[in-house]
Amino acid sequence: MLKLERRATPSSIMSVASPLLAAVGMLVTGFVLFKVLGKDPVEAFYLFFVKPVSTTYGIGELLLKTTPLLLCGLGLALGFRANVWNIGAEGQLTMGAIAGGGVALWFGDSESAFAMPLMLLAGVLGGMAWAAIPAFLRTRFNTNEILVTLMLVYISQLVLSWLVHGPWRDPQGLNYPQSQGFGDAETMSILISGTRVTWGIVYALGLALVAWIFSQKTFAGFRMQVAGLAPAAAAYAGFSEKRNIWIALMICGATAGLAGVCEVAGPIGRLQQQISPGYGFAAIIVAWIGRLHPIGVVFGALLMSLLYLGGEAAQMGMGLPSAITGLFQGLLLFYLLAADLFITFRLKRVAPVEANTLKPPVQAETAA
Amino acid sequence: MDQSGFANLKPRLVLTGITKRYPSVVANDDVSLSIRPGEIHAVLGENGAGKSTLMKMIYGVTKPDAGTIMWNDQYETIAAPAQARRMGIGMVFQHFSLFETLTVWENIALALDEPVPTAKLAPRITEVSEKYGLPVDPYRLVHSMSVGERQRVEIVRCLLQEPKLLIMDEPTSVLTPQAVLTLFKTLRRLAAEGCSILYISHKLDEIRALCDTATVLRGGRVSGTAIPRNETNEGLARMMIGGELAECRLTPREAKEERLKVERLSLASPDPFGTSLKEIDLTVRSGEILGIAGVSGNGQKELMTALSGERLSPASMIKLLGQPAGNFNPAQRRALGLTFVPEERLGRGAVPPMSLTQNALLTGARKGMVQRGIIHPSVMKAFSKNVIERFKVKCGGDQSVASSLSGGNLQKFIVGRETMLQPKMMIVAQPTWGVDVGAAQLIRQALIDLRDQGVAILVISEELDELFAISDRLAVIADGRVSPSVKPAETSIEQIGTWMSGKFGDRADDRAASANAHLETANAQA
Repeated sequence: MLKLERRATPSSIMSVASPLLAAVGMLVTGFVLFKVLGKDPVEAFYLFFVKPVSTTYGIGELLLKTTPLLLCGLGLALGFRANVWNIGAEGQLTMGAIAGGGVALWFGDSESAFAMPLMLLAGVLGGMAWAAIPAFLRTRFNTNEILVTLMLVYISQLVLSWLVHGPWRDPQGLNYPQSQGFGDAETMSILISGTRVTWGIVYALGLALVAWIFSQKTFAGFRMQVAGLAPAAAAYAGFSEKRNIWIALMICGATAGLAGVCEVAGPIGRLQQQISPGYGFAAIIVAWIGRLHPIGVVFGALLMSLLYLGGEAAQMGMGLPSAITGLFQGLLLFYLLAADLFITFRLKRVAPVEANTLKPPVQAETAA
Repeated sequence: MDQSGFANLKPRLVLTGITKRYPSVVANDDVSLSIRPGEIHAVLGENGAGKSTLMKMIYGVTKPDAGTIMWNDQYETIAAPAQARRMGIGMVFQHFSLFETLTVWENIALALDEPVPTAKLAPRITEVSEKYGLPVDPYRLVHSMSVGERQRVEIVRCLLQEPKLLIMDEPTSVLTPQAVLTLFKTLRRLAAEGCSILYISHKLDEIRALCDTATVLRGGRVSGTAIPRNETNEGLARMMIGGELAECRLTPREAKEERLKVERLSLASPDPFGTSLKEIDLTVRSGEILGIAGVSGNGQKELMTALSGERLSPASMIKLLGQPAGNFNPAQRRALGLTFVPEERLGRGAVPPMSLTQNALLTGARKGMVQRGIIHPSVMKAFSKNVIERFKVKCGGDQSVASSLSGGNLQKFIVGRETMLQPKMMIVAQPTWGVDVGAAQLIRQALIDLRDQGVAILVISEELDELFAISDRLAVIADGRVSPSVKPAETSIEQIGTWMSGKFGDRADDRAASANAHLETANAQA
């Protein structure tokens, strides 16, 4: 008989091994799935995981998709560590894109050197403003931030939709719901020629480093971690809960907003109805796979990006439905959460105890 | 009570070689014990000695890894509490499991294994409770009852099932001294009718007054058996802790300026079943220890959070070092020189998965561990190593995580940390709760040393002996009100006990020396 038993101390080996086990679990299930669908698993895996990154262009695409995942993942990870459950990075990303895009449209074809810095700033501020709503509601009215951030995702998408259908629609755009294309000064320069990857990835990696320093070396980072691990201890020590919530949501709003503006000023080049295939949601998985650690999040974002690319390749190369991307994402998170159980628990074999199988006791006679 | 009464009877329960292992500790190691009908048998031991684990195995809550249980000459595997109850074993837990929004009879009906018609239950409750001197009104709502009354409900609930063995887990920790005497009468009466009683405690006086026999546990093993009546407290303590008890000395000292002044502090409890604070006045001066006694659940927790700043009050109600500070948050109060040790160590006083060094940073940021927002690990490390050394914290080093320490060692670390922050005013709740006797002595001495250095100290505790030993002045909290303070030498356990039941109201507007209190003392005198 097997029994789950709490470990005396959390296993540090398991906390590293868990994401790897999750990846293996995902691959094995994928293997079975391809088999059942009548596809050759080896070919499918090649198409899914190897072919997309076999060219320079492919690696560029990998880094391109890593950028928003990494940016959102970093912000979310810091928040999750502090028990702030912001699941609306997608909405903050959208608002960042709207704000940054708005600035780009205002500059038009001006070629101003201020255009790009102002766009990035606007993107960051846009994301922060959107994240300020749940922060205010939570600190003022104790509203659940999970619900508020999620609902604000749909509102932000409808705002974007209204803008590109209405006031910001390109007059020469054949009635497509999209804005004018951004000028050269409003488009981010390419980092590696022959690819579409922009300077955004450099910003993202730089921020990963900053986030690492913040969480490991600063008192503010420590306070947020205490708030996440033991809220009562944070209250006892006098760490303000409200300040933690604000910091967590502002950081995530900023990074997600930056991700949004990097998308529209990079590969997309304009505002349109859909600007993200769910990067903000996928970043939740990225944050967990990365163990809520900034450096781990970098690897998590690369893996998730590969799943996006592989999913696209599998759609085109093997005629699989687009749900394949979400399926692999889901498998990964599912196995990760399952494997995480063994960080604090372990399986133990227990022998069933039966009264009649035990040796008869020595006759106990107590002092009378 | 006379031993000859049951000396020749066959044992009702015999435990042999009981062993129970948990991942980090062996809770019970080869424990054997036997109890006869009508015997009151003490299971004596320090916190963490394995008393509760042993009782849980008898009551079927957990199963032993090895060893046998023999009940009325038959081997039994007790798989669940329901089975234990069917066999005739009842248990009154230290922490009650009553629904506050339900009445007494509803609570009891829920706990019965076989349904009893409602019309019959209430009269049965009244009958049993009267027979054993445990007055409870079956139609009363539980939330309106004092802790002592709730314990009566739990006992009556057990008695309705006519147990052959009753297990009492630290029953007196929630009672006033007078109520303890009443409880003893009830237990003696039960024993006279042939019920066996297992009485768990670490209070030596009680055991010597009540119990016929005793099994002493230390570190999960039986360290001795005794007839308590023939032993001295010192002898039992030696068996319990394996060494001698040191005395702590309180040399008289002139208290100086006021460090904490609480004036007419009233705060409604946010919890509908909590205790509201009512017009509390108290003063703590530099160089003195004010002890606050009281039965748990009388507003201690609420007072603590009001003083620490976790709940705010109007500024003028709390003056800290002469400054109105009622509206200050915990950080602001700490900046004024206040430190505090909460009752709940793991999760409030310390962050469980963080190392001791990181836990030093929790409240020690002001001691140079943080400069311009950046953490200085070397300062943290030096500080925590210092605490570990000075307070003899047993751990694997400053990198051990807080949750890996035993309760007593973690308490030493927290008291040490708060002490070494060089406070001007220190508030300590339950300083030695769950701490072994040796460590308790160390903590008490540390508090006294701090007082001698001129720190003002407020100690909230449920251990009367402790408060008498270390306090310059004593007050009592009952039903959210605090009594006037007295010098320990000028009062008695009896007077404090009367106060603990709420009878000290001399203020005209405080006629509410509460109906509960009257009931409680009436019983005590009965």
